Amino acid sequence: MRQDTKMPTQAREFAAAAASPASPSPGAAISIRGAGHAYGELRTLEGLDLEVPAHGVLGLVGPSGCGKSTLLELVCGLRDPLDGTIEAGGERRAPERLRRCAYMPQRDLLLPWLSALDNAALALRNRGASRARARREAGELFERFGLTGFERTPPAQLSGGMRQRVAFLRTLVAGKPVLLLDEPFASLDAITRGEMQQWLAGALGADPRTVVLVSHDIEEALYLSDQVAVLSPRPGRVLATLRAPAPRAPDRDAAVTDPEFVAARERAMTALREGAR
Amino acid sequence: MSAGARRRAIRGGRWLLPAVLIAVLIGLWQLAASTGAIADALNIKPFLVPSPAEVADSLWQNRSLLAENAWVTLREIVIGFAIALLAGLAFAVLLHLFETLRRAFYPLVVASQTIPIVVVAPILVVWFGFGNGPTLAVIALICFFPITVNALDGLRSVDPSATKMMRTLDASRWQTFRWVEAPSALPYVFSGAKIAVAVAVIGAVFGEQVSSGEGLGRLILQDGYHYEVARQFASVFVLSAMAISLFGLLALAERRVVTWR
Repeated sequence: MRQDTKMPTQAREFAAAAASPASPSPGAAISIRGAGHAYGELRTLEGLDLEVPAHGVLGLVGPSGCGKSTLLELVCGLRDPLDGTIEAGGERRAPERLRRCAYMPQRDLLLPWLSALDNAALALRNRGASRARARREAGELFERFGLTGFERTPPAQLSGGMRQRVAFLRTLVAGKPVLLLDEPFASLDAITRGEMQQWLAGALGADPRTVVLVSHDIEEALYLSDQVAVLSPRPGRVLATLRAPAPRAPDRDAAVTDPEFVAARERAMTALREGAR
Repeated sequence: MSAGARRRAIRGGRWLLPAVLIAVLIGLWQLAASTGAIADALNIKPFLVPSPAEVADSLWQNRSLLAENAWVTLREIVIGFAIALLAGLAFAVLLHLFETLRRAFYPLVVASQTIPIVVVAPILVVWFGFGNGPTLAVIALICFFPITVNALDGLRSVDPSATKMMRTLDASRWQTFRWVEAPSALPYVFSGAKIAVAVAVIGAVFGEQVSSGEGLGRLILQDGYHYEVARQFASVFVLSAMAISLFGLLALAERRVVTWR
């Protein structure tokens, strides 16, 4: 089920282009070629080559401080790479990439002075929608996200899982073809995290986007992604790119105990260990 | 004891202790004044040390004179504070938006605080003439600093990732200010305003005394010349009641506006 009516015209065109098999969908894919980055003298990323097809999900795993979050900021145009090129949603220039990408930060960063609904509707307000229209459009998604009845609740009164769902909803409502998720469930307890992973897989199935997902949890990355890139310690380099077992099983607990999944996890662990040496 | 009654008792207890202390102090003062102990110790005439009862009596007898002067002082405080609030907020926003301006002005703003207002006030009298003009200027000047500095700190307290997030949600500079920076700064602005309103009362008294304007500060000075000590105490009482009320009003407004804390 696509939610085209909720996207702005531009994003709808991109989604349409991406959905059409005739076009090679330059609009929705991510292509990173020889990208590097440094904070002053400190090299954070080096010679990265990564490709994400339209509606593909790329998982990024690697040790802390290997530049995963920086890579997301590069892709969505908050920063420019020092060398190499980055293309997202068919755009190379940072301001244009920014218009194609939505970024969900590590902490939910819901604004405490706005209700759950107004937080979710922020992107629509920013693009000039009236408060009533923004609330109506974002509100239509609340039911699908299991948030009905919490529209007017301030974020402080929501559970951790609900806060993450509102944060993801806010990212989705922005109507961008590319989603960048920075450890979206890192702050949740194990049980809620498992539930949220399954929920996110379902949400992306219903409303496919091109996604880059940063995680420190290999299992999470493998379960949610089509391919997982394992990065080395700083400066981050791609050590290995692994195909995740497809298709994503609807039941997370069944999926992660599948022998093929377990084997993929072992390969990823091995790559990480070798990189650490 | 029911839970509600216990809660009431605890809440009552918060005020009980200070109330008892004040009662004891007033009692001691009454005793020391009426027996002439303080006057003897200071080697002055007993009528120069009024008892609390005499102060209360003076408060009542001079109620219209005190009210007239209190009104003048209150108006000065409100206007001076309002000028400082508007100018301070505008200046803080300007310094926040333009990094170069902030680096240029911020040290100057801080350095300006090393110049005591006592030194500046006579110059203000020269510039604004006698009357209530210089008092307004004194109040606005001393309120400006806490408001500006707190507002600027508040604007700069914003989590940089929140600003980045707003950019990916297509927010313009103004929208980031409207949705993130301004609300983040609000609690800081209230802190600054509460400090400012407290110093505004001091500024009003001082301003009136150098500029021969009207108001409670002026009245206290004149009463000193005429040994009207009881009325001086009455004026001080009215002044502190005014300061506490203004502070309380701001605290109340803060609780209504900053609901997320």
